[in-house]
Amino acid sequence: MDNNYFEIKRAGINTTFQDKGRNNLYHIGIPFSGAMDNRNFLLANKLVGNKLESPVIEFAYQGPLLKFNGDKITITVTGDVIFKLNKKNNEIEGRCYETYQLENGDEINILSTNKSVYGYLAISGEIDLKFQWGSCSINTKANIGSNDGKKLTNGQKINIHKINLNQKNKKINYLNSKIENIRVIKATNFDYFSEEGKKIFFEKEFIVSKLSDRMGMRLEGPKIENIVNTNIKSEGLLKGVIQVPADGNPIIMLSDHGTIGGYPKIGVVASVDYDRLVQISPGSKIKFKEIDLSDAETLFKLYEMETQNLISQIL
Amino acid sequence: MIKNISNLGDAALYCDFGTEVNKDINSKVIKLFETIREKNIEGINNLTPSYNKLIISFDLKITNFKKIKEIVENIEIKETQKLNSKIIEIPVCCDSSFSLDIERLEKKLNLDREQILEVFFNKEFFCYMTGFIAGMPFLGDLEEKMRAQRLETPRVKVPKGSIGLTEQFANIYTFESPGGWNIIGNTPLNVFDITKEKRPNLINPGDKVKFRRISMEEYKDLHG
Repeated sequence: MDNNYFEIKRAGINTTFQDKGRNNLYHIGIPFSGAMDNRNFLLANKLVGNKLESPVIEFAYQGPLLKFNGDKITITVTGDVIFKLNKKNNEIEGRCYETYQLENGDEINILSTNKSVYGYLAISGEIDLKFQWGSCSINTKANIGSNDGKKLTNGQKINIHKINLNQKNKKINYLNSKIENIRVIKATNFDYFSEEGKKIFFEKEFIVSKLSDRMGMRLEGPKIENIVNTNIKSEGLLKGVIQVPADGNPIIMLSDHGTIGGYPKIGVVASVDYDRLVQISPGSKIKFKEIDLSDAETLFKLYEMETQNLISQIL
Repeated sequence: MIKNISNLGDAALYCDFGTEVNKDINSKVIKLFETIREKNIEGINNLTPSYNKLIISFDLKITNFKKIKEIVENIEIKETQKLNSKIIEIPVCCDSSFSLDIERLEKKLNLDREQILEVFFNKEFFCYMTGFIAGMPFLGDLEEKMRAQRLETPRVKVPKGSIGLTEQFANIYTFESPGGWNIIGNTPLNVFDITKEKRPNLINPGDKVKFRRISMEEYKDLHG
């Protein structure tokens, strides 16, 4: 059968195609986008025998229900995700970081992420997708990427045009560590805030707001007082930058962020903690810990080594 | 020219050209941006020029702050290097269905509609930067008497093509987007063309922009 596809019976809340994202476009207003949790994205591809940076399906909270039409295909789910497989009308409890073979008519039902936000579904083979600036990543804000830059909807088809056959089952033992303490490097406008405000920032707890998405994470908690100016001349932003607008509630820029902003920057999340930051779900606590540049660089190196280690354990 | 280089997080360099906003300083930012871009320096994966800052992002797996800082400090920019600037004409219709905030501006600036539009259409603007949303140009400078603050409560949806004013700047909403600028008209032109991967932006930093007033009929024609 050469016509292999998944039918989307339920799309889920925010289901998109993502890969490594796109570079060198900040100056025209286009952010990196790409998979939010890079480690889980890479592990998903490795498990199904794809190139590491191949497109995957990213979902948030509730994922999709997909029915496979075709011969045989290998899939896996990464993250901390509750899902079921319906194989020839037998319901199987799915386990993350294991591969499964689907046959014609089988379904995968991704019920929810577990006390986390993002999960990944990788399909062994090539999904038929449009690339823009070298990436399929969907940026729903600018309608850039595959699927006309829009999230997936019910009834759509996901066509697979090349299947990697003869995949043996693979698995890895991995537990996503959850963290509350996010390490932060002080940023360029740190001194715009009162002594009390700085103390609050590094000592008090904040709660992740429901108004968080791929663009940004809004926080609620004690207000951080600005004593200089609540606006700066608009300048570039990065993922991980923490801005504090006039209302005193911090906003952390995430992968689909606007590229320019005019609120003072109090800090930047250390790269080592980004994958785990994006997994903190609304209503959860978050606390910032100050870290200096050289420690941040060393910790990132270690995190990267650990990721490579995990990848190399999948044979 | 660069007053200070610092780190912004662990994967970016923050080049500070001071606090003033003027074409002279911005041209220096753009020259440095273009010079670095042409050099294709290993590990640099994004550059964001703005009024008086250049932010250089890099891949921490490949390089680090110290290495990129050293490269940037030793970069030579030819003082004779001219900006690649173009003059671009943007047709704008100011029909009352498009000029959503003209009455607000009339009150805030104490000028009437025609006075505001006359100043606006006679001005040659300079593009300081593009961004926030894909392709949005930040154009300056409006004179003192034309400067108004943003809306107290930003609109949830500003229509695509809207021309907005705030402080000394004008911009064009390249997509429907939330926003708080004072909207005075709408252009039928596609200022950001996603199908042109090489040059999706009609207006780029350093370009000059003239707005041309058009009727509703012409707007409809151009809109196709």
